[in-house]
Amino acid sequence: MRRADAIAAVVRRLRDELVVAANGWISRETCAARDRREHFYMLGSMGLAAPIGLGLALARADRRVVVFDGDGNLLMTLGTLAMVAELQPPNFLHIVFDNEMYGSTGGQRSISTHVPLDAMARAAGYLHVDRACDSAALESGLDALIEERGPSFLLVKVTPEADGDAPRVPYQPEEIAARVRSTLE
Amino acid sequence: MPTGSLLRNVRAPRGPALNPDADFPELLRAQGFDFFTGVPDSTFKKLLRRLESAPEFGYVPAVSENVAVGLAVGAWLGGRQPVAFMQNSGLALAINALASLAAIYRIPMLLVVGWRGHDGKDSPEHKLTGAATLPLLDALRLPYLVPQRATVESDLRTAAQTMQAERTPFALVCRPGVVE
Repeated sequence: MRRADAIAAVVRRLRDELVVAANGWISRETCAARDRREHFYMLGSMGLAAPIGLGLALARADRRVVVFDGDGNLLMTLGTLAMVAELQPPNFLHIVFDNEMYGSTGGQRSISTHVPLDAMARAAGYLHVDRACDSAALESGLDALIEERGPSFLLVKVTPEADGDAPRVPYQPEEIAARVRSTLE
Repeated sequence: MPTGSLLRNVRAPRGPALNPDADFPELLRAQGFDFFTGVPDSTFKKLLRRLESAPEFGYVPAVSENVAVGLAVGAWLGGRQPVAFMQNSGLALAINALASLAAIYRIPMLLVVGWRGHDGKDSPEHKLTGAATLPLLDALRLPYLVPQRATVESDLRTAAQTMQAERTPFALVCRPGVVE
């Protein structure tokens, strides 16, 4: 399963959820698959997708927040798994698209080749944890988790390929922030 | 980008002297702040004890200062007015979160930074970062103030107004004993 296809499969399922998309290809492919005002596209600040999503979920308990994370991104701030587990936000769904590499910088290996990120989320204390290695498993994982009380974690193992072909996110950073906040006013 | 260089270390108009017993968390709430996160610093020992013991503040302990900045950004997107407490060593850790997230997305947030090593007389691990603290903020073009005990309230007001008007993070860099 290619990352872009997995991302497209998830965004097709979204209704009024808020999304925080990690920097690099994940943001680009999310925007290309389906651009919504509810999407916060990270351009830099690698590692902070889950913290931003957690802050949003705590601020807006009335809305479901879905984080589109990457393996390299999550590995930078693993402590966030512990924060989510401690805070138990019921409206938090953490999806990690794991290609086992740093795709935006040339495809260098990430250590998720040997470290199961779903097991770490489970050990930390996420309420529901699942893993999907093909598109059928992704659909059934989403069926199970997308409206379930969280915090939930879905590890999506995708094809180990570095590059994508989605264009850059066409918005200035302040525009990205302002339009997410304005959908919530 | 906010015109940080013009705002940096702006002199606040002198307000009424702070009641030494005034409660800094209450001052923050009076200025509209309603999301509190951070990483402990001994500079804020009493203050953090107060925040953690009062459920109405909903204080969220962060695992690191860059994570605290990420949480604050998410909270602001959700309509909140965030504050992040940290030591200046943690400000150094959060530089990329500020530069490539909070500053360029123009997210108003208050950073309350404990300034260890401000006079060069602290323990060895604080000396270099202590001397680098204000230059780091200058280099990022982030506005800041260094309050005295008597100016805390007026500096806080200036910070709150400036971060809203300029849509920028704003730092209050606090020597030990200034904000408790």
